[in-house]
Amino acid sequence: MSTTTLTNVASRGGATRPRVGFLNRFQPSSLAFLGMSLVLVVLIVAPLTMLLVKSFTDPVTGGFTLANYIDAYGKARHVQALINTLYMGAAVVVLSLLFALPLAWGCTRTDMPFKNFVRAGVFGAFIIPPYLGGIGWILLAGPNSGWINRVWQGLTGSDTSIVNIFSFEGLVLVMAINLYFTMFVLISAAFEMLNSELEDAANILGAGPIRTAWKVTFPLVLPSILGSALLTFLVCIALYGVPALISIPARFPVVVIQLAEFFSFPLRIETAAAYSIPLLLITAALLLLQRMILARKGYTAVTGKGGERRLVRLGPWRWVLFGYSLFVVGLSVAMPLLVLVMAAFGRSWVGGLTLSNLTFENFDYVLFEHATSQQAIVTSLGLGAVSATVAVLLALSISYIVQRRLVPLSGVLGYLCMAPFVIPGIVLAIAFYAVYALPPVALYGTYTILALAFVTRFLPIAYTTGSAGVRAIHPEMEEAVRILGGGRLYAIRKVVAPLLKRPLAAGWLLIFVPAAQELSTAIFLVGPKTRVVSVVLLDMTEEGEMEKLAALGTVLLVIITAMVMIGIRTLGRDFMVRRS
Amino acid sequence: MGLELENLGRRFGTIDAVLNLNLTLEEGEFVSLLGPSGCGKTTTLRMIAGFLDPTSGSITLNNRVLATTGASIPPEKRGMSMIFQSYAIWPNMTVAQNVAFGLKLRKLGTAEINRRVGEILEVVRLNQLANRYPSELSGGQQQRVALARAVVIRPEVLLLDEPLSNLDAALREEMRFEIKRIHDEFRITSVYVTHDQGEAMVTSDRIAVMNHGQIEQVDTPFELYNWPKTKFVASFIGRTNFLEARPAGERLEFDGFSLPASCCDTPPQQSGVLFSMRPQAFTLHAQEPANVNGPAMKGTVLERTFLGEHWDYTVRLGEATSIRTVAPPAAVFEIGSTPWVCLDQQQAVQMH
Repeated sequence: MSTTTLTNVASRGGATRPRVGFLNRFQPSSLAFLGMSLVLVVLIVAPLTMLLVKSFTDPVTGGFTLANYIDAYGKARHVQALINTLYMGAAVVVLSLLFALPLAWGCTRTDMPFKNFVRAGVFGAFIIPPYLGGIGWILLAGPNSGWINRVWQGLTGSDTSIVNIFSFEGLVLVMAINLYFTMFVLISAAFEMLNSELEDAANILGAGPIRTAWKVTFPLVLPSILGSALLTFLVCIALYGVPALISIPARFPVVVIQLAEFFSFPLRIETAAAYSIPLLLITAALLLLQRMILARKGYTAVTGKGGERRLVRLGPWRWVLFGYSLFVVGLSVAMPLLVLVMAAFGRSWVGGLTLSNLTFENFDYVLFEHATSQQAIVTSLGLGAVSATVAVLLALSISYIVQRRLVPLSGVLGYLCMAPFVIPGIVLAIAFYAVYALPPVALYGTYTILALAFVTRFLPIAYTTGSAGVRAIHPEMEEAVRILGGGRLYAIRKVVAPLLKRPLAAGWLLIFVPAAQELSTAIFLVGPKTRVVSVVLLDMTEEGEMEKLAALGTVLLVIITAMVMIGIRTLGRDFMVRRS
Repeated sequence: MGLELENLGRRFGTIDAVLNLNLTLEEGEFVSLLGPSGCGKTTTLRMIAGFLDPTSGSITLNNRVLATTGASIPPEKRGMSMIFQSYAIWPNMTVAQNVAFGLKLRKLGTAEINRRVGEILEVVRLNQLANRYPSELSGGQQQRVALARAVVIRPEVLLLDEPLSNLDAALREEMRFEIKRIHDEFRITSVYVTHDQGEAMVTSDRIAVMNHGQIEQVDTPFELYNWPKTKFVASFIGRTNFLEARPAGERLEFDGFSLPASCCDTPPQQSGVLFSMRPQAFTLHAQEPANVNGPAMKGTVLERTFLGEHWDYTVRLGEATSIRTVAPPAAVFEIGSTPWVCLDQQQAVQMH
């Protein structure tokens, strides 16, 4: 029997209120709440506030001014870049949908052959970072010397080019092949949840498979389609790598390139801040719009409960769908990967597959000779691992506080965690630069600022995973510990943590892969000594060292793929399917 | 001594989930909180456990105050244990580890822990499965693990939160008696929350019937069934007929028959008195019966259902009153026939 006694028997009841010490009432959860709030202020609130403040600050006097906005949007060229960006985003969303929707439907709801092969192919698009895909396509479809053009010229004897990646179409294609993966995952998850009985009901009333798909199945996954389209749009307009490679030669200025210009000499951080505020507003407005659209219709039918899922029989069309899937996987993974690897092993990337062209020199160069590439690989992997770990632990603590409602108003923490979702990566970098790069904090050129920015950037992914994990643990699991005499922390250690191992590892990997390859957030924050692999790769492009660059890219891909394979081995194939 | 709930109340916003609840459990007593969903029974249980703090009143266990307004001992220091609706068997531990958990927290020696775990697994007949993981057990077996885990620490109070609601009907039946058996063996003061009157009647020494956050009546199952005090209790425990009488001098006039005014235990009001009469308070006879303890009258059979063990008849009495009654399988009356209906007036219970 415990010795804790609130009061003696005689004085119990309403008349004399029992004495309870402050420490008895003070719970460690309040302390945790305070700590977490502080961390989120550092990661999210401070940078965003600073971004806004900077946009209204005179760079010389430090006083209030609107000049930055005039500077940012006063030139037609700058406004055009914003319009171009929105135009590009819309086109990329449409093309990504054309890629993702049929594949997702085929892989989840039909009897299409070789589904696992297609899934694995699409998964490749997740592993290949956008700038590497872009470089692959430059090798494929560069004017004159691109592989496609040279094959065409070889076949027809003509000396004209048929494709040119340095164009609006090229930009959209490269964006889409890199971004349709997220759409595929989200829409697949929605298809997986769909109850077959809803389709059966349409069938029994006389609708054929195609009509059923069009009238019943697709409308039901519309929320996921809209959500993923929005997400793709947001990622697309804030992606730096692909425009850096393609939009400049294509003479199609976009926002991120303009922002980078503000960041080059002379540095105009205030103008950059002002220029990026509309991007934030557009993002917020779109998310609001999405909520309004989805709130109006009842989409509650999409639940995982009950009913077996049967596959739609496509007959001969299954081969057509498979052929299309092959085409998409070819465009997005197989073709760029092939030319990249060929270039990595070639003396000259135009040389092709001949024995005389074969060399390992490129690998030797990037691994042992190049000044920064070896260091950059270590930096990238280390930063990826650290940010993934910190983000997952932070998100887990916060999801726990929020889900268990340990303190009033804890929901605010959850919203804050999801906030970076609406901040384009490159804007986040500017915000971080504004608050932490400059004195008095002066973290510019340190690993810390990169890690902080990465943690913030990937916090929403971590929070979604952590939240789903905690929600899956019945509170009674912990109450059972407490009633038997264990405190809350003991319950977390003995029950919650062991049960969360798997989802946490999955979340970690989901962050590690993009974090180790992140470019958009890194580009303004790297210093001479903290260069990450993505930045080194981009520099090599500018120097035209395609073979060496390809070798470095290949090394990166091999490492990441190996890690993902280990993950799949231990976590199972489905760990990519987010439950949000 | 025992567990005392005094003027206990819990308010959520503007709603009183529990209000002025008073209940005392003797040491070793098994009391059920029985009521429909939303009646406050689970809220009460969670306040006893310490997962919810009361907003008024107090909880005392063996003269130790566990909770009063604004002050509460956390659950881990109350020396209780609980069986949860979801069982809350930790899937990352084996059966033996689950059961040993509370003992380890009490810092017992390994030998002692092993001995007691072995003992209790014997009692719940799980000793063969000690090293299985919960996912390898059936629902009933998981329930037994929960039971063993809760009982093995010899808690001062055992709380059970609808522990059988996730089991299928046959298993539920079996586990009722299992819980009863364990209680008879260990005599742990127990509070059992359920909405199933059958469960409550099998397991409990006394049942507290709850409605709208308050206890309507606390009594043994026998008393509750035979002498319900309120309309809610009478209708919640078993089936019954409610008939209203008009007081007229020494008699109570019902539609079609009358009873002596002495059937009222409190003086009747002008407006009318409500009585509860269980189906078996009425008997059906082909001829006018002799030596009956109450009124006999002609009735008309309106509906009937044969349920194997008995007939279920709906019979009209008087002008506009119909009652339901049961009769043995051999007592066959066609629809429209007019048997004699007898009432055992001792089974007519006034409602308050």
